[in-house]
Amino acid sequence: MGELRLMKGNEVIAEAAIRAGVDGYFGYPITPQSEVMETLMIRKPWEETGMVVLQAESEVASINMVYGGASCGKKVMTSSSSPGYSLMQEGISYLAGAELPCVVVNVSRGGPGLGTIQPSQADYLQVTKGGGHGDYHVIALAPNSVQEMNDFVALAFDLAFKYRIPAVILSDGAIGQMMEKVELSDFVPRRTEEQIRKECGDWCTLGSNRHNVVTSLELDSTIMEERNVKLLKKYEEISKNEVRYEEYMTEDAEYLFVAFGSCSRICKKSIEMAREKGIKVGLFRPITLFPFPTQQLKVLGQKMKGIMSVEMNVGQMVDDVRLAVECKVPVEFKGRYGGIIPSPDEVLQALEEKLVRK
Amino acid sequence: MTDQELKEIMKPENIVYKKSGLLRDNIMHYCPGCSHGVTHKLIAEVIEELGIKEQTIGISPVGCSVFAYNYIDVDWQEAAHGRAPALATAVKRLLPDKYVFTYQGDGDLASIGAAEILHACNRGENIVCIFVNNAIYGMTGGQMAPTTLVGMKTATTPYGRNVDRNGYPMKITELIAQLPGTCYVTRQSVETPAAVRKTKQAIKKAFLNQKEKKGTSFIEVVSTCNSGWKIDPIKANKWMQDHLFKFYPLGDLKDSVKDDPESYKQYIE
Ligand SMILES: Cc1ncc(C[n+]2csc(CCOP(=O)(O)OP(=O)(O)O)c2C)c(N)n1
Ligand code: SF4
Ligand SMILES: [Mg+2]
Repeated sequence: MGELRLMKGNEVIAEAAIRAGVDGYFGYPITPQSEVMETLMIRKPWEETGMVVLQAESEVASINMVYGGASCGKKVMTSSSSPGYSLMQEGISYLAGAELPCVVVNVSRGGPGLGTIQPSQADYLQVTKGGGHGDYHVIALAPNSVQEMNDFVALAFDLAFKYRIPAVILSDGAIGQMMEKVELSDFVPRRTEEQIRKECGDWCTLGSNRHNVVTSLELDSTIMEERNVKLLKKYEEISKNEVRYEEYMTEDAEYLFVAFGSCSRICKKSIEMAREKGIKVGLFRPITLFPFPTQQLKVLGQKMKGIMSVEMNVGQMVDDVRLAVECKVPVEFKGRYGGIIPSPDEVLQALEEKLVRK
Repeated sequence: MTDQELKEIMKPENIVYKKSGLLRDNIMHYCPGCSHGVTHKLIAEVIEELGIKEQTIGISPVGCSVFAYNYIDVDWQEAAHGRAPALATAVKRLLPDKYVFTYQGDGDLASIGAAEILHACNRGENIVCIFVNNAIYGMTGGQMAPTTLVGMKTATTPYGRNVDRNGYPMKITELIAQLPGTCYVTRQSVETPAAVRKTKQAIKKAFLNQKEKKGTSFIEVVSTCNSGWKIDPIKANKWMQDHLFKFYPLGDLKDSVKDDPESYKQYIE
């Protein structure tokens, strides 16, 4: 049993980073995730593990610092919230193009524009469908608890290095700010330069006689197309191997909620209430938003009388749900926007109105 | 000249100059007369002479010198437009014992990347910054840069740069010399053998500053872009001497160490 603590989601990201042997964190303050860097600065990991923590001049700078560190084969990360995540898009595209491993945490808030500091899931499309320019994907993990904020930091780094790809933890202000019991991971030492050379020596820039070059540039279109094909194959491989999801009370279910992050917790309460009324509803929770659990949702979803995608946005994941079940089952949507968290009652009410009593 | 005569001339004891071993054999894509090539050569020579090839990481910009990594035989990272100092910051902090340098043009450094260079220099990142100022955007076809002189014709100032419309030319090196994190700020050029020698000395000094952890070293190389300026290389050198040097005078702007942090404590004591 690891060390048990009562902590905020954002604080846990910081603690988990130190414990995962992260080499560098580069960030810029923005609500509702500023506690990530604040916690790191209080913890002073540079004294403990040698981890570098730096407040950058902007999110543009912090993501490019991540690019610099990742190019050295180091475990580096940043965190931000929606407007800051938007600013990072060019950098993330470069990281994807140069096939660099890194972790980006987006504790998202409502938009568009400066929007609100309240929780939201309105960055689903930006995170899962690209966000920056060019044909690329990032791995997207969606935690729904403080425990998963802890667990997904190490997982995101494992996946990022396994596939040489940016991994995004798409959380929201509710999970970032809420306090829960968490079992912290054990400490993993930072890798030595020798270990990094062994693992990443054929591409990373630690100084060598190899002339290693990290770049996303290729002016010859035939070679560039080959690079795109290589990336495409990588995304297919990830889609085959790395899908993660959770099913809850689906064995006897006639109806299905599909929800990720905070919304999945609300749906569990709605399910409890629905079942008291005799409505057999279950939950399908995508944990990886990219790769989306399309196949798994297809198999389960096509057995249902109806599906409702529950999101804190105006309907961003619902199209992926419809595509998964190939429109063979009615798929409805219930959302609240602008930083409002839907209540379990209104979710249940929507289910009854849109699907059960139809 | 016969082969025999050539061999005679090329005897090792006759060698007075040779290409740096750090310059790769790739044919440079730069226009004849462009200052980038000479500047690359100097960096290669300095790294070779200091014996730090395997400890050096270069960061290339977006601009004509984006492919600097094809020519100098060290590890390289290619940055997004303007962001080289952010990459270098992370690299140097994560690898404090290595040598890290950035190479940027005037559009890259003084326009889109103004924030990154100012903040890296203000933090006193222990890196070397090479700034090739040719007063124009070479790569994209000769548009106005922040450094373009008033009256200078470019693709986006076809009637000459006009202050009301385009603002003033920016002396970013003077700004950078004000920042407490810099230890060495100098403006040089590479259009004559004497100037080339001086610039090489400046680059070497900058790398030695990095070794001694003195702060940020910043070297502007006032440069020609004969293609962008639409004149031949010889006229370009003359034009640079007659006009650019007047607005961007050569010489050291600062040669010391970064400010002592202790001297900043008085304000809240
Ligand atoms: C985000 C972004 N904006 C614009 C460009 C287009 N671009 C490429 S190079 C360049 C200007 C380069 O000028 P400078 O830095 O002076 O370098 P030079 O070619 O003169 O050496 C521009 C605007 C780009 N690549 N990326
Ligand atoms: S366009 Fe200008 S900066 Fe670019 S290679 Fe030609 S002369 Fe050099
Ligand atoms: Mg230029």
